[in-house]
Amino acid sequence: MLAFAVRRLLVSIPVFILSTFLVFLLVTWGADPLAQLKAKNPPPSQAVINALADQLYINHSLPARYGHWFSQLFFHGNWGPSVQSGTDIGQLLSTSLVLTARLVILAMLLAVVLAIVSGVISATRQYSKTDYTITLVGFLFLSLPVFWFAILLKQLVVNMNNSLNWYWISTYGANTPGLTGWSAFSDALGHLLLPTIVLAMSSYASWSRFQRSSMLDVLGSDYMRLARAKGLSRMRVMVRHGLRTALIPLTTQVALDTAAVLGGAVLTENVFGWQGMGTMLVNGINAGDFNTILAWLTVSAIIVILFNLIADLLYGVLDPRIRNA
Amino acid sequence: MATSTDSVLTVEDLTVDFPSGDGAVHAVRGVSYELHPGEVLGIVGESGSGKSVTSLAVMGLLPKTARISGSVRFRGEELLGLTDKELTRVRGKNIAMIFQDPMTSLNPVYKIGFQLAEAVRAHNDVTASVARKRAIELLELVDIPQPDKRVDQYPHEFSGGMRQRVVIAIAMANNPDVIIADEPTTALDVTVQAQVLESLRSAQRETGAAMVLITHDLGVVAGQADRVLVMYAGKPVEIGTVEDIYYNPRMPYTLGLLGSLPRLDKRDQSRLTPIQGSPPSLVNLPPGCPFTPRCPIAADICQTREPDLEPVDSVSFSAAGLRGHRSACHLKDQVAQRDPADLFAVTATDDVLPDVDVSTAPVAEPGISTEDEEL
Amino acid sequence: MHDLPAEDVQTSGLPPSPGPVEREFTVQARTQFQLILRRFLQHKLAVISLFVLIALVLLAFVGGALWHYKYTDITPDNSVSPSAEHPFGTDNLGYDEFARVLRGTQRSLEIAFTVAILATVLGTIWGAVAGYYRGFADSLMMRIVDLVLTIPILAAGALLSHHFQTAGWWALALVIAGLSWPGVSRIVRGQTLSLREKEYVEAARALGAKDSRIIFRHILPNIMGQIVVVVTILVAAAILIESSLSYLGFGVQAPDTSLGTLIAAAQTSLQGGQWWLFYFPGIFIILICLTVNFIGDGLRDAFDPSQQRVRA
Repeated sequence: MLAFAVRRLLVSIPVFILSTFLVFLLVTWGADPLAQLKAKNPPPSQAVINALADQLYINHSLPARYGHWFSQLFFHGNWGPSVQSGTDIGQLLSTSLVLTARLVILAMLLAVVLAIVSGVISATRQYSKTDYTITLVGFLFLSLPVFWFAILLKQLVVNMNNSLNWYWISTYGANTPGLTGWSAFSDALGHLLLPTIVLAMSSYASWSRFQRSSMLDVLGSDYMRLARAKGLSRMRVMVRHGLRTALIPLTTQVALDTAAVLGGAVLTENVFGWQGMGTMLVNGINAGDFNTILAWLTVSAIIVILFNLIADLLYGVLDPRIRNA
Repeated sequence: MATSTDSVLTVEDLTVDFPSGDGAVHAVRGVSYELHPGEVLGIVGESGSGKSVTSLAVMGLLPKTARISGSVRFRGEELLGLTDKELTRVRGKNIAMIFQDPMTSLNPVYKIGFQLAEAVRAHNDVTASVARKRAIELLELVDIPQPDKRVDQYPHEFSGGMRQRVVIAIAMANNPDVIIADEPTTALDVTVQAQVLESLRSAQRETGAAMVLITHDLGVVAGQADRVLVMYAGKPVEIGTVEDIYYNPRMPYTLGLLGSLPRLDKRDQSRLTPIQGSPPSLVNLPPGCPFTPRCPIAADICQTREPDLEPVDSVSFSAAGLRGHRSACHLKDQVAQRDPADLFAVTATDDVLPDVDVSTAPVAEPGISTEDEEL
Repeated sequence: MHDLPAEDVQTSGLPPSPGPVEREFTVQARTQFQLILRRFLQHKLAVISLFVLIALVLLAFVGGALWHYKYTDITPDNSVSPSAEHPFGTDNLGYDEFARVLRGTQRSLEIAFTVAILATVLGTIWGAVAGYYRGFADSLMMRIVDLVLTIPILAAGALLSHHFQTAGWWALALVIAGLSWPGVSRIVRGQTLSLREKEYVEAARALGAKDSRIIFRHILPNIMGQIVVVVTILVAAAILIESSLSYLGFGVQAPDTSLGTLIAAAQTSLQGGQWWLFYFPGIFIILICLTVNFIGDGLRDAFDPSQQRVRA
């Protein structure tokens, strides 16, 4: 098992490095960090432009630029200069990441738990009214644009808050500054509630369908029948033999969808005004801020690869057949 | 004289229907048999004859949509109509079952020892270590080498034959009175079949259980069974001792089955006689005997009235209950002492190799294998 | 197999049977396509969705062309709620919302279908080749796929579409397609891997068939069902991605409009009481995705109905 884990970890590292190169290519192609400066009115002198170009290490070949950025980041911990004035990328990253991590982790947990429960209920009561209702609701959430749902929910809660005169559920921002201890915690929760629900919904919908079909596959299998033939109770067979085996494909699916959840977080943060990774990205792209976008994509690559690694390891724990693979 | 109070398992007029998009599928249409302690009953039939569904009905493992009627009594206690909870008392303890495909019968994520111990602890309040000891014991009984090491391994580390023996061990775990083996060797190679059948035999000896052996392989039945029940289109068409069925078959279908079995001991070069046609759809069965379209001696009465299972001679007439030799054929007397090649010559065609002169064809090679066709 | 004519039912005291009596197991010959069509038609929700989707497409393209307001027309009526004159109302500049929603639907549909087709074609070829040849080629191709998949589509989409802002909607479609094909290739590769082990592939190879022939004539037709389902999933996903990008300001640019752009403009409209500016574009997105998803579900069941697990 340990050998399996180490092997997986070692494979992840070159994948990550290659990923950073791909990301670098992408950002070099897509972002023009000089655009904002050049668009200023009155236009700045060539000297000013050249100075910025030097600072950003732009006038070099692509491999040189990549090497420079890579060594700066991984050997010196330097994310590079930002063209958005007054921005320290490292600092921005850490504050944004903390907020987004909160949201993403909670949303994924919520979505997974709901998906398992509804998937199992749907599968065990296949073709019943409950199954159809759950399926229909799932389809609805699959078809719902995240941002539209967020705006709608926001407005509903604002109306509700006003009529009830109770404002714990917040519709804007990640927290109220200046609080400590328990009130800070409760405040954070109040701000987390809506965005988490919104972000969880579309993941829930697709994972729930996935879990339902995975569960159906398992329910029809021979070992389930044998387990019942042994005289085990329905519940025990369902949980010990059914659910246990049906959860395995879901772990891989959740890991694969991490990138999509991050995308959803960008939208959710935008609607609810969170100063998290999402806002960082949008501002960065609009400003053509090369290094900020690079930093964002690098961190997201780390997160995705990390989640894939966790899923692989979890798979190895859950399914003994692949441990020697 | 055997009475029904002696029987450990009595099935009476069991009927199973499945609703489907095209109407009800009459999978089982009135099966009755008696099983006495220590006896092996072989149930023989093609795919779709209803033999597996019958056993699943006994165990109460059919899907909720199935409509079951009739009676299934274990030691006098009626099993049909019991709740699932009540049936879990019986399953694995009084009646155990072995399924066909060993590759999928065991849960791949749990160790063998765990799955064996689970069977033990389902009906006995023992500690995990006691159950584990019993698991090792059971593995020894089915001739698994190095049981103390194997008990901690996973199913994918076992071969198909070994897995099936583990399944047999699970069935034996609580010394059941009845073991139902549903095509236990169909998915295995011939050489492995012998080992598994041997394990099955020792399982039966060890536990003293009665066994229902379901198969489409007549060779397997000949070696293992005391009595044989032949099924066709959801109904029994002949029942009797192994000698009755093999040496005095009284139903054309039985005869055809025997005739289509390649035999090493046949010296002459008679052809195999395949039974032409296919089994009927179980949705819209015509009146009369379902074998009629494929039967070489079908008469008018066969098309109008479905024959009942009747004793074939006076000896059997006097056997009480469901003992004795019975056959469901209006023309059972005509079938007596007929040769299958002879009887089916009417419908057997030679259009496969029209230019081959059978009398000069070389003798068939030894080493036959019955093709393992499954749906 | 004999084709015996159905016998007349002997009615003496027998219960009526639901269909013609069959002495032997006779099956009415149907082509594969007919079977699939028949199963699809049994899926009521999918059939209804198909009609609704066709109606939506017609409304967007034909209705949009025929409607007397264009999406660029500024009418003198500002901020009116839905009426006979303006079925979806107008915004505070006087644009007719009905025309704009129809135009947005056109755009979104064009982009979504383009994405679906492009990504499916590219992803299918990539996945089929990787799955068929296995070995080093497969590893390399799938590592590339994994690599592309580590990048969130929305992020890369935002970056690239910002870059291609002035290029038109087809550039946006290309960008989204370029990020969506890896997902398709994974699915196709998986299916190809399992199919290439089938006996008919071995048989074709033994007969000397070229690899390309095997892939196109034997493997792809058998995974057609899965591919069709993937196409529907892609259409729905593409609509959502495109409208998300447009909402953030990165997708379809002014003066053109898309459903996402309309919603972005209507963010505060709910609060301001102009509910029509917010609901109609949203409902259209939901309708398109819902119908496409239901159709996909119906198609999945039609191609692979393996449901009942009863054995004889």
